[in-house]
Amino acid sequence: MRSLRSRLAPYWLALPGGMWLAIFFVVPMFFMLSLSLQTGDTLNGYQQTFHWSTYSDVLSGYHVQFVRSIIYAVIVTSLALLISYPMAYWIAFRAGRHKSTFLFLILLPFFVSFVIRTLSWQFILADNGIVMGPLKDLHLLPQDFHVLATSFAVICGLTYNFLPFMVLPLYVSLERIDHRLVEAAHDLYAGRFAAFRRVVLPLSLPGVFAGVLITFVPVASDYVNATILGGTHTTMIGNIVQTLYLTNNDYPAASALSFTLMGALLLGIFAYARALGTEDVMQTAAAR
Amino acid sequence: MDRLDPRDTPSAALVDPAWLRGLTERRLSRRDVLRLAGMGGGAMVASSALAACGVSGGKAKKTATSFWDGKKVKGSLVFANWPLYMDKAHGTHPSLDLFEKQSGIKVTYKEDVQEIPSFYGKIEPELAAGQATGYDLIVITNGVYLDKMKAANWLIPLDHTQLPNFNKHAGPAIKDPTYDPGNKYTAPWQSGITGIGWNPKYVKEPISSFEDLLNPKYKGKIGMFADNADLPNLAILGNGVTPEDSTPDDWNKAADVLKKQRRLVRKYYEQDYIGPLSKGDIWISMAWSGDIFQANLSDPGLDLQFVVPDEGGLIWTDNMCIPVHSSAPVDALKLIDFYYDPEHAAMLTEWVNYITPVPDCKAVIEQQAADTKGKDRIYLNELAKSPLIFPTDAMTSKIHDYRVLTASEEKQWNSIFEPIYQG
Repeated sequence: MRSLRSRLAPYWLALPGGMWLAIFFVVPMFFMLSLSLQTGDTLNGYQQTFHWSTYSDVLSGYHVQFVRSIIYAVIVTSLALLISYPMAYWIAFRAGRHKSTFLFLILLPFFVSFVIRTLSWQFILADNGIVMGPLKDLHLLPQDFHVLATSFAVICGLTYNFLPFMVLPLYVSLERIDHRLVEAAHDLYAGRFAAFRRVVLPLSLPGVFAGVLITFVPVASDYVNATILGGTHTTMIGNIVQTLYLTNNDYPAASALSFTLMGALLLGIFAYARALGTEDVMQTAAAR
Repeated sequence: MDRLDPRDTPSAALVDPAWLRGLTERRLSRRDVLRLAGMGGGAMVASSALAACGVSGGKAKKTATSFWDGKKVKGSLVFANWPLYMDKAHGTHPSLDLFEKQSGIKVTYKEDVQEIPSFYGKIEPELAAGQATGYDLIVITNGVYLDKMKAANWLIPLDHTQLPNFNKHAGPAIKDPTYDPGNKYTAPWQSGITGIGWNPKYVKEPISSFEDLLNPKYKGKIGMFADNADLPNLAILGNGVTPEDSTPDDWNKAADVLKKQRRLVRKYYEQDYIGPLSKGDIWISMAWSGDIFQANLSDPGLDLQFVVPDEGGLIWTDNMCIPVHSSAPVDALKLIDFYYDPEHAAMLTEWVNYITPVPDCKAVIEQQAADTKGKDRIYLNELAKSPLIFPTDAMTSKIHDYRVLTASEEKQWNSIFEPIYQG
């Protein structure tokens, strides 16, 4: 009796989480899949007709924005990784007793609303604003030069907004590294670079994986940065989904597009996990 | 009036790593094959479930013509309106206070309408389920959502015998609009004109025509709207066609013009064009009359200009209407009629600065200006003179209504015009 209870215990423990996943993820996903195959309109209702061509319609209609979002996400994730790694490295190894101060500074922007932070970039980068205005007056920039309303502005905004998502997991994995391992590498005649490449980098890979994952996925579906900082050629797939759902009430098309995006992201992550190789990575990523 | 959905922190859509790990490491065993077969069966069950869960529409029955017979005042009502759309002084709304005092009806005033799509999204499930929305009077802009609510019988037809002020004072320009013939369901709250705004600091010659928005001289300094009402309708007018009479062929022609214009456009704005226009990020833009007047008012050095293009401009109207299952329809009618008294309309106009549906309130404002001194007098005179508040005949003659679209037309319309601003 007792052994049965103890065998069942883990399942009981998993129950709340499992229920949560089922109610708030699996069931809505299922409804969304169902909705994506229906036809109709909001007034007369939607009927299930297994209308698969909705998928080909949205793909042919919005492949430009789809591909653009993926490209933006790749660039933003790479940039964030390049900027975050030295930052996290420095905090983990060099910041000494001020570590928590620096971590707090990284999180500080989060105390301001996401939209407001992005809007402040619109203010800073305005054509005749506090940065560009003086530069133009000094004729260091041509009069019609602008940063707002370009892909550059959107990518910068995204990188800025999602940077902490990359820094924190990197920091956690770097902070865990046992310094004696690095010392041992030096003892074995590894130079600074070799010690980094052979010891620190591999040990921090779980952090890289986690950071890339939680940066790439929300960046690919973001729509706020493109709306505020973008121009005529920067619309992302998130903007399209928003318009389809909220403005057009075209629920099937919006669902189909969301589903396609989710599928593409999952496939990408799967391929990425395979490419990065070890399940160690996943395990340590899961451990946090 | 920002249209963005506030999103405080970006959510990280995390994938369950354990699940991913399962994907990466597992090889098929016999047990797995059996399980897969089971899943296949499950999938069949699932697909029949997929077929079962349709989403039902929510059309209501037509409101009976005898609806108003014997209906009595309830003594209180809930009014949903846009923010900053009601006169305000010392934390209360003087005109509403006056209404409460005169009628004895208590008004719960809510600034719940931030933008039409999301407000519609909020009340639609209740209306579709045949339940009361909790509102007795709502303000909805003319357009697809109002059309949908009418088509679904979600609005109570107004009883015009109980609207004496409306019959007497409503301006001819807003009476009997194409989106609601005979004002059967709606009574305008305030209106505005969509035309062209420009910043004279950068644009030196006078702007008068839709063609000015296509001028290569302003490359990269032109703003347009990212919407499927103002943008298409103004372009159709630009081609010399009246939107109400336009055919899909006209839509395509207008879209061609807009596509050619794309390389000149700085950005398709959601509703946030006034800041960039004031700062010089854009020099010339599609614009709403009320925004221009308010921007100039809040920044005296600004002097932005607004014009109804020669080819024609558009008039949009925010309308009061009574949703079905309202518990206080008679009270709502009384409130509607209250705001059609020129005295009360003037209270609103002096505060909100949009185009009033009651032109007779101009005389009231002029009279008040004559009775006061100093700053107030200047302001009231400015207001009474402004063509952005009381459009001149030359302006109103160029103003048109939006194209009303059927459900099937709407799909075609969207597919023609959306790619333009969703680049």
